[in-house]
Amino acid sequence: MATLLEMRGITKVFPGVKALDHVNLTVEQGEIHAICGENGAGKSTLMKVLSGVYPHGSYEGEIIYDGAPLHCRGIRDSEAKGIIIIHQELALVPLLSIAENLFLGNEVAKRGVINWPECFQKTESLLKKVGLSEAPTTQVGKLGVGKQQLIEIAKALAKDVRLLILDEPTAALQENDSQKLLDLLLELKRQGITSILISHKLNEISRVADRITIIRDGTSVSTLTTDAISEERIIRDMVGRDMAHRYPDRTPKLGEVLMEVEGWNVWHPEQTGRQMIKDVSINVRKGEIVGIAGLMGTGRTELAMSLFGHSYGRNISGRVKMGGKAVDTSTVTRAIAAGLAYVTEDRKQLGLVLEEPIVKNITLANLAGVATRSVISRGREQQVAEEYRRAMSIRTPSVFQKVVNLSGGNQQKVVLSKWLFTDPQVLILDEPTRGIDVGAKFEIYTIMNDLVAQGRGVVMISSEMPELLGMCDRIYVMNEGRIMGELTKAEASQERIMALILKNETTKVA
Amino acid sequence: MAETTAAGGGKGIGAHLGGHLRENGMLMALVAIVLFFYVILQTVPQNPVDFLSAQNITNLFLQNSYVIIMALGMLLVIVAGHIDLSIGSVVGFTGAVAAVLTVNMGLPVYAVIPVCLLIGACIGAAQGYWIAYWRIPSFIVTLAGMLVFRGLTLWLLNGQNVGPFPKTFQSLSTGFIPDAFGVDKPNVTALVIIAVAAAIVVWLGWRARSRDQEFGITPEPMAMFVARNIVVTAALMFVGYKLATFRGLPNVVVVLGLLTVLYAFFTESTTTGRRVYALGGNEKAAKLSGINTDRLVFLTFVNMGVLASLAGMIVAARLNSSTPKAGVGFELDVIAAVFIGGASMTGGSGKIIGVVVGALIMGVMNNGMSILGIGIDYQQVIKGLVLLAAVIFDVYNKNK
Repeated sequence: MATLLEMRGITKVFPGVKALDHVNLTVEQGEIHAICGENGAGKSTLMKVLSGVYPHGSYEGEIIYDGAPLHCRGIRDSEAKGIIIIHQELALVPLLSIAENLFLGNEVAKRGVINWPECFQKTESLLKKVGLSEAPTTQVGKLGVGKQQLIEIAKALAKDVRLLILDEPTAALQENDSQKLLDLLLELKRQGITSILISHKLNEISRVADRITIIRDGTSVSTLTTDAISEERIIRDMVGRDMAHRYPDRTPKLGEVLMEVEGWNVWHPEQTGRQMIKDVSINVRKGEIVGIAGLMGTGRTELAMSLFGHSYGRNISGRVKMGGKAVDTSTVTRAIAAGLAYVTEDRKQLGLVLEEPIVKNITLANLAGVATRSVISRGREQQVAEEYRRAMSIRTPSVFQKVVNLSGGNQQKVVLSKWLFTDPQVLILDEPTRGIDVGAKFEIYTIMNDLVAQGRGVVMISSEMPELLGMCDRIYVMNEGRIMGELTKAEASQERIMALILKNETTKVA
Repeated sequence: MAETTAAGGGKGIGAHLGGHLRENGMLMALVAIVLFFYVILQTVPQNPVDFLSAQNITNLFLQNSYVIIMALGMLLVIVAGHIDLSIGSVVGFTGAVAAVLTVNMGLPVYAVIPVCLLIGACIGAAQGYWIAYWRIPSFIVTLAGMLVFRGLTLWLLNGQNVGPFPKTFQSLSTGFIPDAFGVDKPNVTALVIIAVAAAIVVWLGWRARSRDQEFGITPEPMAMFVARNIVVTAALMFVGYKLATFRGLPNVVVVLGLLTVLYAFFTESTTTGRRVYALGGNEKAAKLSGINTDRLVFLTFVNMGVLASLAGMIVAARLNSSTPKAGVGFELDVIAAVFIGGASMTGGSGKIIGVVVGALIMGVMNNGMSILGIGIDYQQVIKGLVLLAAVIFDVYNKNK
């Protein structure tokens, strides 16, 4: 195989920070090359150097592409050479149609006049390539994230891609959409398209990648071929230490029942007659981590949000008891007062005020805790923030740093701090480790163990089954708004969980 | 990239200045603009004018008080992520109501003022209701309000000027605090009030500083603290002395001073103030943190209505009549002042002190250019460019 891309000794310095330090990367023609590394290790910076976001001259080192030095002044230059990057945040216009999106900036047109029939025809053939059967006129915003991701790839194909770069493409996808996407990558590989895949998910990497380059602290640590690697090796190279156990040890000390939900029903906020949560009953004990497993869109987030101040849905019915007494959780304020906290799935959109400093985010849900007669004491507020910074080991130069500047893991710790400051009895954590690197995940798990050791209860919603199996004392399996079953730690396994999910599918067919 | 200075480490004066570039920059720009007009007006060949004369300083405050008062409320509206285009019309409408009540119906002034403020609150509530609870964009609701209340003003006044107002009502704008010490010139009461105000400013600054130190917050460098307080005190005393040698402290300045302090305290130190910023920064996150965002939005509009009606009465009192055209275009001056003062278009940030400085910059430029005899055409162009420059400066700093 010939070498398609060689990046040699790439060094990129930002004011005060060396983001990349002599990074080497070699990508062979026709392979799928994975890049792994913790958040902030420099993966995205490296890809920005490659795609010309940082133009030639703003970094040191050389890039040899297709046998010749590559000097990009911008993304246009790299795209002209067939290097196309698909960012984690999708760059589609939700209100435009699939066809319009596919050819945005690259329209099928003569002297500015679009040839719609040809455009639709091309769109259809591109959609077929990525395995979609939607009409070209469908609005992109009406598609799910998984399909939007495929549209992004079709968009790259429309530009005669030779080197496709995917930045964590499956981060927001559920299991079967991820599988489809990975299958597509393999299919493209057969057609001779080279891909670079940035991912945190080790099982995906070992499934599709030919080789892996691991980046740590701005330097490339190693390049391995997939048959020679184990997950442990990757993790060790990523974090620079051995991680004997991916989940911290804990001896569960279960107490009395803290929270009980009985007969919980929730209806869709807009579509009348669509019931999202059907007669759900769950409970959490003191010192217990309870998992909720299930595919995306089965109502896990809806359950959590409706419990927490009726933040989702309408015609909500059912009872919530805390410590045996019925409580009212119909507004967020009441839910907090009842001892409930909810750490949202989407921390940037729902959890944090990004442009505000850490201090103000931590105290937001309990301002009364740092105020006397509604007057905030800045000093007390800072003390509180410093305490949580220490307790959670939030890595930041100062608690006055804006949270937008923190890494995903540290942002999640700020959200957790915010909720701990309300002193909740039960915390509902919705995908607490999404988009967080392996090292920070371990820290979040450790925090969760501390929480239950303090006698709180934790409900953990997650799409990653190993995580649930590793952390939870008990797992509820949800599908289509219903609790399908309950497994203790001893009973639970991936197969059993899947079986419970599928139980519903089969009964539905029958 | 992350800032590398440690939290506990001392920062130099330069670093501190850099960190507070925006606030200090605007203050320096204001001083520079004042000095510019002072110098240039001294050198007008035919008849040199003293820009910092007692009379002109008094005028400056009388002319601009209403913009500053409304800018205080507009900051909250903009921080919450909204806009209010109706305030110019509300100014006209409440002025008209005041005129009809006092001049045509002969009601006593002490009854008319609260009634007008209440009407302002109702107008704010009526608009805020649709914005907060029905999620109608504030741009639309207040654009409608702008038309509705302008129309109602015309209807109420029959398209005519109504005046003059009784003396007590006029004193709302053109009145001065009488000299309790009987000296009159210079007005000793004015001097005492200003001196006390300056002392309080310094004392509060000192207290906040020492309390910060107690909690281990790195304070600004001592030299910086002293220098800033000397400048602020000197400026206050200078303005106070000038006002005292003329007719004393205008009532409006007292109202303005009190409101500014009140709103600065509200935005920076109260839980409700903090929540408004959180709401503007990320409404969904604020809501899920137990903040009643709808009610907060509603209340910012009620507050805006009250301040607009106060401004409406001040404007009417100053003109000594209510005219159907009163307040036309005021919303633009106020919004410009808020953005010059450093508020963000997307909500979530902006400071009261910045807004006051922003409004003063606009006011000083209006006043200075008028004295210079610059035509209204050029004035508009220059003001537009200043607004643009201030916001570009902001964006540039943010991206840096």
